[in-house]
Amino acid sequence: MKKSAGDRIFDIINVLIMLCLVLITLYPMYYVLCASVSSNTYLVAHPGVLFWPHDFTLGAYKMTFQHPLILSGYRNTLIILAGSLPLNIVMTLFCGYFMASKNVLFKKYIIFYLMLTMFFSGGLIPAYLNQRSLGLYNNLLALIIPGAVSLYNAIICRTAISGIPDSLVESAYIDGANDMVILFRIIAPLIMPTTAVLLLYYGVGHWNSWFSASIYIEDNNLLPLQNILRALLIANSDILGGGESVGDEYNSYAETIKYAAIIVTTVPVLCIYPFLQKYFVKGVMIGAVKG
Amino acid sequence: MQIEHIKPARSGKPAGHLRRTLVRDFKMNKWKYLIILPVIVYFAIFAYKPMYGVIIAFKNYRPSLGILDSPWVGLLQFKLFFRDIYFWRLLRNTFCISGLSILFGFPAPIILALLLNEIRCSWFKRTVQTISYMPYFISVVVICGLIKAFCQTDGVFNDLIAFFGGERTNLLASKQNFYPIYVGSGIWQSIGWDSIIYLAALSGIDQEQYEAAKIDGASRFGQMVYVTLPGLLPTITILFILRMGGILNVGYEKILLLYQPLTYEVADVFSTYVYRKGIIEANYSYSTAVGLFNSVVNIVFLLLTNGISKKVNETSLF
Repeated sequence: MKKSAGDRIFDIINVLIMLCLVLITLYPMYYVLCASVSSNTYLVAHPGVLFWPHDFTLGAYKMTFQHPLILSGYRNTLIILAGSLPLNIVMTLFCGYFMASKNVLFKKYIIFYLMLTMFFSGGLIPAYLNQRSLGLYNNLLALIIPGAVSLYNAIICRTAISGIPDSLVESAYIDGANDMVILFRIIAPLIMPTTAVLLLYYGVGHWNSWFSASIYIEDNNLLPLQNILRALLIANSDILGGGESVGDEYNSYAETIKYAAIIVTTVPVLCIYPFLQKYFVKGVMIGAVKG
Repeated sequence: MQIEHIKPARSGKPAGHLRRTLVRDFKMNKWKYLIILPVIVYFAIFAYKPMYGVIIAFKNYRPSLGILDSPWVGLLQFKLFFRDIYFWRLLRNTFCISGLSILFGFPAPIILALLLNEIRCSWFKRTVQTISYMPYFISVVVICGLIKAFCQTDGVFNDLIAFFGGERTNLLASKQNFYPIYVGSGIWQSIGWDSIIYLAALSGIDQEQYEAAKIDGASRFGQMVYVTLPGLLPTITILFILRMGGILNVGYEKILLLYQPLTYEVADVFSTYVYRKGIIEANYSYSTAVGLFNSVVNIVFLLLTNGISKKVNETSLF
């Protein structure tokens, strides 16, 4: 079919809009990349729009990887991930498996009990007081245990488990397997793609979270990466410039280190998500339909 | 046959039957209950216990006395809140920020999905999509840090303003710029991610409708407006109800990172006020009351929008 002139104009405008969107989305990250490898003196004297790096140097990255608080931030975030992700996945599998199970007498009531928390919550202050009363304060467990399972993710998991044919599970029952064995030996391997998406959701959530740490952690050495970034980028706090090991050398990179720190904290996530795109698109659809 | 046979036994010994059913259910599903137990305990401790903790909104909570022994004060905290000099400011700001976010932020992903749908070249479409998801994976701290850097007197935005002959100012320090910055960056963050759901809904539209529209002489733009958009309407309605239900749920994270005492006048909302009163000033009962007021209004809004939508276009959540 021949394209009319109107359709052709529509196509051109459409592509132009898309290119604008791509430019607006990518430019901030490109700016950060350029700023992180430019010289500090240039950046202090000439900020504003950057098109390419000026006076190329990797000094800011060297400084970033030497800074005790950035290193401890990295360590804390990795500890939080290592502690939370197994807990998240096991709890979500438990929850999803139960929601997908059949012929359970109290299933309806238990699901109601769980779902109610999606609509009602105590709010910030009661949750804060609750956590302090449990002793989940100023230690990394305070950032690991609360948030162990998200019902939204459990629903995604439930949908994936429901898609497994009953006959598979039944034959395992006949062979004498209990539900725990079935869940971890048969079901978990079958829903690997969904588990990968759940890992991405939970992982990105932990990696990017800062608020909990800002109210539950007092000790600077226990702060995760995002809170160090916050001190660096937003608060202009002096917790980073102090200390004997840094000092003058730090100050000569004071501006570019911000951008180097953004790169080393953000790039890991940005490298992973495109590979999981196919799966998380599906995850969003399931969550939206059922939620 | 069988049912008739069982029935008398049921009515004859209800207690015994109930016990038998329970025992059988427990025997059969022992492992399933065991599996869900940690989840139940988790929600009891981290969701239901704080819900019980909400009663401090009706008390004068003192940490030394605990929740139970703190004295009851009835609705005093709420009365204080309604007389608070900041009450109207908080209400106005919350509605303004939320309303503007919905007004500009809600249609944006729909438009993106419609436009993406019209792109025929599949690698270009896929690339644009992947790139548009990127901001969703960048942390709020980084986004706000960049906003702050770009808004400085010698930042990127001011370079653009100066290029077009404007004057350089610290954009984040002025009241009139807070809403455009907040709403604009919000769209930047979520437009790609939010469009996923609409793109998914698009694939469910009947192709024959497009054929029919073509025969009737509709242009590509016409097809988009008269076929694609109506096809998306149920999805749009559901998401709109959900969005309206959260109208007073302005995310505090971005505001906490972006506002400063200079801009409290326009940027302070209920949730940030709860944070300052509760966490910073340790005024626990009062801030819990503010939070409770916020959630009650939210639920009312959810029910209201749901009801209106049920009447108007027969799509509703419940």
